[in-house]
Amino acid sequence: MATLEIRDVRKSFGQATVVHGVSIAVDKGEFVVIVGPSGCGKSTLLRMVAGLEEVSGGEIAIGGRVVNDLEPKDRDIAMVFQNYALYPHMRVYDNMAYGLKIRGMSREEIDGRVREAARILELEALLDRRPRQLSGGQRQRVAMGRAIVRHPKVFLFDEPLSNLDAKLRVQMRLELQKLHRRLGVTSLYVTHDQVEAMTLGQRIIVMNAGRAEQIGTPREIYNRPQTTFVAGFIGSPPMNLIAGRLSADGAELLAEGEAVRLPVPVASLAGREVLLGVRPEQLRAGGGQLRVGVEMAEALGADHLVHCSLGAQSLVLRTADEVTPVAGDSITLGFDAGAVHWFDPATTRRIDVG
Amino acid sequence: MVERRPALAVLAHLVLAVGVAIVAFPIYLTFVASTHTAQEIVQAPMPLLPGPHLVENYTAALTGTGEGAGSNAPVGRMMVVSLVSALVITFGKIAISLLSAFAVVYFRFPLRGLCFWAIFVTLMLPVEVRIGPTYKVVADLGMLNTYAGLTVPLIASATATFLFRQFFLTVPDELVEAARIDGAGPMRFFRDVLVPLSRTSIAALFVIQFIYGWNQYLWPLLVTTGEDMYPVVIGIKRMIAGGDAAVGWNLVMATAILAMLPPAIVVVLMQKWFVKGLVDTEK
Repeated sequence: MATLEIRDVRKSFGQATVVHGVSIAVDKGEFVVIVGPSGCGKSTLLRMVAGLEEVSGGEIAIGGRVVNDLEPKDRDIAMVFQNYALYPHMRVYDNMAYGLKIRGMSREEIDGRVREAARILELEALLDRRPRQLSGGQRQRVAMGRAIVRHPKVFLFDEPLSNLDAKLRVQMRLELQKLHRRLGVTSLYVTHDQVEAMTLGQRIIVMNAGRAEQIGTPREIYNRPQTTFVAGFIGSPPMNLIAGRLSADGAELLAEGEAVRLPVPVASLAGREVLLGVRPEQLRAGGGQLRVGVEMAEALGADHLVHCSLGAQSLVLRTADEVTPVAGDSITLGFDAGAVHWFDPATTRRIDVG
Repeated sequence: MVERRPALAVLAHLVLAVGVAIVAFPIYLTFVASTHTAQEIVQAPMPLLPGPHLVENYTAALTGTGEGAGSNAPVGRMMVVSLVSALVITFGKIAISLLSAFAVVYFRFPLRGLCFWAIFVTLMLPVEVRIGPTYKVVADLGMLNTYAGLTVPLIASATATFLFRQFFLTVPDELVEAARIDGAGPMRFFRDVLVPLSRTSIAALFVIQFIYGWNQYLWPLLVTTGEDMYPVVIGIKRMIAGGDAAVGWNLVMATAILAMLPPAIVVVLMQKWFVKGLVDTEK
């Protein structure tokens, strides 16, 4: 049975609807990441699960019990906030113990739980400090500790790593993964960072403008994006999308007055207006299928990004080759049949062929 | 200052020294006068060095055994009245302001905007402006010559409410939400989180309001008629008889020094907190 079930949940603020019916069932122990650009409704969705925002429509069930009208404290959840939200005047120990104390738990049990969480998070030496005396990473761990001691059914994370610097973020991301493996608590995690989404999530919800564009495993999201939005949002740099019309025999894409020869003819789409999607890392220089002009090349160290133009459309090639073309060159690009994604330009949805 | 020129430094210190002298000299004179007999003070020129009657004068003032032409009520009793009123006013103001600011910031209730503006408008109505009607109310309630009459009308404070409101607005929303998830109800949140976080503001307000309460003059002048309910500030006034009568200036000065002490002690003791409360936003 699913631990957390969100059924067609909607949220409106007055006239403005910010979440248009999202549904997902999160299994016990599963780690689900909600990712999307700012303002897509991902935080609102999380806050509805937490009980900090009222639900305008649909149902949220935790452990099989509908919690729409329950106070946050009665929902059996714990939440980690972006800015940690630690009580500034309390010691680390009291920060973690506060929720348990309010619940009227015995002193010994509180102590046991807090010490256990402190041990897991390596906070034992810091229990007497105040939040002000801690570094960002340590505060983050205390915020996690405050969630852990409650032994909740569901963990909610609201962009917990956004306030950390890049290096610490990578480290905390690994720690989060370890922690989840160790505790196995069902988690819902909101982020705008696609790397966090891809690495942490067992399943990902990609949200855009209040709708779930796609729900799936990181592999599915990357390999079979269901919409052009997902194709553009996941992957860095985003997937190249070339607008054009397929030739009558389905063997070539006519775009910007050029004919792009396809690795395998696609008869089912012959004559249709389509978007051809290829990821920058799956393009290769010198394939001969597509002639483009080089606009700019960027060296990233491990590999290079080559920005090209095909008429008015732009493409990016990601290559590990040391010898890279320079601006003004004309080069050819190639790609394999397996790297091709088709989208309908009118609906922006994926077209599955053969 | 970026420049470091000795001449400028000397000048700056000179100006400061003159300023201090101007402020401090009257206080020194008061102290000197409180250590002489009444006859010695009225001579011209008045002595500028402390005399031998310090203990005698202060004892006389505190116990009310002076022989001046004005009131000779014991200052000891007045100090108690002043202290009790100042403390009641201070704690009353802080408690009421904390609660009303809490209500205005954290609760959505009908007419919330109206309440807010009503508090705001009272800023424009200090005691002096509404003193007639307030006197009538206090008199009709039979609160003349009582501690209640001395303190209750002075307790409501828009200034303190505003100070707390501004502070509460800087408390991050996430803290409120974290407390909700932890299961803290509104009053629990108020007690466990808001009040401890406000403690520097409370300290600053304590200093300001204690001095405000201690220095009240006009209002106690109206509502107290019996010597046993005079605050010390009123006591000084009553000791000075009008006309050519022989005023016990030495005792008046001793009383003035005594009246200055408690506020000075409060400021000195709480100085660190006071500055912190006004400057720091501890989060």
